[in-house]
Amino acid sequence: MAAPMQRSMLKLLRSSSAALKRSFSTSRVAASSSIIQHKKYSTEPHFSKYGGRTTVTALSGDGVGPELLSYVQEIFRYAGVPVDFEELEINGSTTDEETLCSALLSVQRNGIALKGNIESKFDEPGFKSMNVELRTQLELFASIVWCKSIPGVYTRHQGLDIILIRENTEGEYSNLEYQIVPGCIENLKIITEAKSTKIAKYAFEFAKTHGRKKVTAIHKANIMKLGDGLFLESCRKVASQYPDIEFNDMIVDNASMQMVSKPQQFDVLVMPNLYGNILSNITAGLVGGYGVVSGMNIGDDYAVFEMGTRSSGRSLKGKNIANPTGMLLASCDMLDYIGCNKHAELIRDSVMKVMSVDKVQTPDLGGQATTLEVIQAIIEDIKPKTTSWLHA
Amino acid sequence: MAFRRALKRLLQEIPNQGSRCYSTEARQMVTMIPGDGIGPEISQSVKDIFSAAGAPVDWEDVDVTPVKGPDGNFRLPPKIFDSMDRTKVGLKGPLATPIGKGHQSLNLALRKAFNLYANVRPCKSIEGYKTPYNDVDLVTIRENTEGEYSGIEHVIVDGVVQSIKKITEEASMRVAEYAFAYARDNNRDTVTAVHKANIM
Repeated sequence: MAAPMQRSMLKLLRSSSAALKRSFSTSRVAASSSIIQHKKYSTEPHFSKYGGRTTVTALSGDGVGPELLSYVQEIFRYAGVPVDFEELEINGSTTDEETLCSALLSVQRNGIALKGNIESKFDEPGFKSMNVELRTQLELFASIVWCKSIPGVYTRHQGLDIILIRENTEGEYSNLEYQIVPGCIENLKIITEAKSTKIAKYAFEFAKTHGRKKVTAIHKANIMKLGDGLFLESCRKVASQYPDIEFNDMIVDNASMQMVSKPQQFDVLVMPNLYGNILSNITAGLVGGYGVVSGMNIGDDYAVFEMGTRSSGRSLKGKNIANPTGMLLASCDMLDYIGCNKHAELIRDSVMKVMSVDKVQTPDLGGQATTLEVIQAIIEDIKPKTTSWLHA
Repeated sequence: MAFRRALKRLLQEIPNQGSRCYSTEARQMVTMIPGDGIGPEISQSVKDIFSAAGAPVDWEDVDVTPVKGPDGNFRLPPKIFDSMDRTKVGLKGPLATPIGKGHQSLNLALRKAFNLYANVRPCKSIEGYKTPYNDVDLVTIRENTEGEYSGIEHVIVDGVVQSIKKITEEASMRVAEYAFAYARDNNRDTVTAVHKANIM
């Protein structure tokens, strides 16, 4: 690639990562930090920090989770990140309550976690999804997936920058089901004013902090008049407190159709649980798929970072073709959250450069590289940046 | 002669399950529900084009604005039932449903009233109309009468609402059988079931 184009690409990447860094800055005195907003709900999030090193829980999960987490640790080692991982093996074949309890305890102790997706068996009616259990017990009320078009990754739509904020603990995921008579099942979807208001407030604060202009609420209030009607009403009430931010609403079927035909119209979306799940995955597909999107689950006291589409990648396990970018970007978000902005920027720059500029891409993005080749390329890119500190 | 008449009557009585109607002499009466918004315009367009093409179709317009029954509840007007009983086939424009309040969905009421259990939408790329996706050719078949659209909601306490999603084996089997029969009759290779059974 010509040197001027490479320089302008790097400039673009630096400015975009600088913008991301600004948004995730954990400077305690900065007024426009997203982390400061978390303080409003409770005491400031605590981390297990000792001797300058933070301990983070790593929940292995299923499929490609364990291998991707090991790659994250390797890259952290090369980048000199002051983070230690407390590794916990928890996956779909875990049957005892003990493991889930230790996982919860570990996250509560450390305050922060990086997680692979845990599969839920769907032929066992009594089986409770552990992902859902973790989210509800830790009260991680907001799930944020930030979908941004990536230069160098071919997609059908360009120039996207959509933030999807989804209520993470109630709605269709309440786990309340029963059989009335054999052959007839009822599932309860619970919507509460308290949680709807909380997620709406979080969405508007997030939009305000990041200078976004429009928040769209997604619902199906023409059919579920009381349930989604309550959600919509709560969003409207919160919107009236933010006159600078435009608010509109859209029915979920229309929103899905608009998302695949004209996604540029969306800015920030606030949604109940299931619609959020579906729209997050659709939008992730528009910017490159499961491999390039990271997600975070934020609560008042804890935060858990994972891949945006929450896919376990069962079919890719052990084949060395999984895309590590999503997990790496999630780990960079985590570093921003705990205040290691320098390291986050370093790793993120390298990841984006390898994907967009060097075009070392795995098959899901249309490339030929293996996971190991991508990781090697990232490490090679990080090495010169860290050795220069010795001379700084 | 009598044999020919009997044969013609037999052919006319073959149920129209995706097979052609071989009789072109009899005119078919079709119920037309113009609907809301752009509904009346697009319905009129259909009528104009059908009459220009000489299609043997006569239209019976029915307005489905809900009427108040003796028990005070709003329901579909009786004339739609009379019309559909006679014609057995209808063409419907979009019917708007008020958001957060007002009457229940009329689309849903019609589907439940006439037991229209399968909603079939063939989606095919139109030649000459460029979209980001090429060569799309899929059919979505959706269960049309239950699930989240059961309309059963309760306010438990102030600020807490529950909506009930009902799934029955009977309705699920019915739409699955329809989907597989459709796939077989239309030479399609794969049927994909879409669910969220890991959560629900």
